[in-house]
Amino acid sequence: MLSLSLRRRQGDFHMDVAFEAGSGITALYGRSGSGKTSVVNMVAGLSRPDSGRIVVDGKVLFDRDAGIDLPPEKRRLGYVFQEHRLFPHLSVEGNLVFGRNRVPPKDRRIDFDQVVEVLGIGHLLDRRPALLSGGEKQRVAIGRALLASPQILLMDEPLASLDGARKAELLPFIAALAQKFKLPILYVSHAMDEVLRLADTLVLMDGGRAAAVGPLEQLMSDPALRPLTGRYEAGAVIAATVASHDSAYGVTRLSFAGGTLVVSQAEMPVGAQVRVRIHARDIAIAIDPPERVSIRNVLPAVVTSVTAADSFLVDVVLSAGGAQLWGQITALAQAQLGLKPGMRVHALIKALTIARGDVAGRDRGSRQE
Amino acid sequence: MLTPLEIEALRLSLLVSGWAVVGSLPFGLGCAWLLARRHFPGKAILDGLIHLPLVLPPVVVGYALLVTFGRRGIVGGWLYDWFGVTVAFTWKGAAIASAVIAFPLMVRAMRLSLEGVDRGLEQAARTLGCGPVRTFFTVTLPLVMPGIVTGVILAFARSLSEFGATITFVSNIPGETRTLPIALYALTQTPGGDEPALRLCVISVVVAFAALLVSEYLSRRVQSRLRT
Repeated sequence: MLSLSLRRRQGDFHMDVAFEAGSGITALYGRSGSGKTSVVNMVAGLSRPDSGRIVVDGKVLFDRDAGIDLPPEKRRLGYVFQEHRLFPHLSVEGNLVFGRNRVPPKDRRIDFDQVVEVLGIGHLLDRRPALLSGGEKQRVAIGRALLASPQILLMDEPLASLDGARKAELLPFIAALAQKFKLPILYVSHAMDEVLRLADTLVLMDGGRAAAVGPLEQLMSDPALRPLTGRYEAGAVIAATVASHDSAYGVTRLSFAGGTLVVSQAEMPVGAQVRVRIHARDIAIAIDPPERVSIRNVLPAVVTSVTAADSFLVDVVLSAGGAQLWGQITALAQAQLGLKPGMRVHALIKALTIARGDVAGRDRGSRQE
Repeated sequence: MLTPLEIEALRLSLLVSGWAVVGSLPFGLGCAWLLARRHFPGKAILDGLIHLPLVLPPVVVGYALLVTFGRRGIVGGWLYDWFGVTVAFTWKGAAIASAVIAFPLMVRAMRLSLEGVDRGLEQAARTLGCGPVRTFFTVTLPLVMPGIVTGVILAFARSLSEFGATITFVSNIPGETRTLPIALYALTQTPGGDEPALRLCVISVVVAFAALLVSEYLSRRVQSRLRT
């Protein structure tokens, strides 16, 4: 459990951030220059806030008023940097045990063999970092941070320097870490695909502030936060489970709080937990259930809010059995249908519009949303 | 093969240069660290003082040493009164003269190397539980090893060739301060000294060349361990 409230001035840039991060993965998301890395550096003790307080699991790391400012080596945090920062003069094994050797044996919670196995780096132990590929270096860096038995793992865009294939290779490892090692993770990223895949909690950073903090599905489905979640990301994210595949027709059925969703065939096995992104422009709204229509997803829902997105577009937020959907319709359609909060409607979503890239696997055991 | 005089001069040269380098190494590293990493008032003055022997005539340095470390000098008098130690006109004085002359070369090499160290690696070591001192010894020091090796070799080579400050400070005393260059100079001033002088020349060349080869070998070894 991380709880922080920080203020810091860097030239003209004012940081004023406060949020709490529980178990699982908390993503700090925002464009470059929004102060994400600064937050992580202050948590790690690599830079000092002007004022504020940082507490991890009840241990005060920084408290300006109480005069507490633990040096980085006393904070018991793991830090995975954007560039691997492996020690070039040590072997992979030397790097891995570097932090562990500073932890008294009784406090070592994380097993060397297990880390090596989970990260798949057993065959690299004797090598020098210079001889590793980018993905391998980053896996070793993750292992090195884990073996210091940290209370929380900080990751600053650990995948940013890797190409698409290496990224895809590393994502499942990171997703598995929080689960396998019971370790909260603070994950900095400006890539929405990583965030969708990994995050339980989302902290939206903007201009040195935490503009919004909450469960990812909730923040992503809030039209008011669209400037922060990204113009081209406009759309709701819902949690679902793979119910069945229908190879004959190339579709997959997902079950979620609002019923069943038919989407283009996904690769995940039946029972897998997934996140589905439904773009706001792909949702149509009907007051009466249409009959004999090609659209496969007709979901009963209740209007929760209607707000103007701009002069000609209206954002309509719907609740389908508790799951939030977000549709965008023209002001003309809104005028003719007369949508108001509380109205019962039907959300129409073409199965085709939810493509492979919109369904992200979430490799975590049984997890209640 | 070698005459007793030659062996004595060679032994003294190696002894003086060796001690000059070993004795000044910790101070050199300290100064390099201060100049590379710290900002403090008077930094430019310290930098200038360290580099002064590089531009001053060695005789000036030797004379300054004689005035300070002579038995009636400020430091020399104190050393003699409290410890009964005299450095003027001994091989220890020769080592001090060599160390002072070679110091700027040593500091320069180490400072450059320190400035090239990725501070991110030191930060990583801190987050992994190492305090500043342990970080210095486990991360910084191994990474600046090439600079230290270069600095040591440069200083050693400069010490071997040191003449002006040495002869001014500790004079030419057989068996005590008569190193290779001083012995050679003495021979050139003696009638019939041409042949022995030539032999000393050859010895000097061989020693210098050997030092270069060893330095090349060492820096290659250290560099290859650090390749990123």
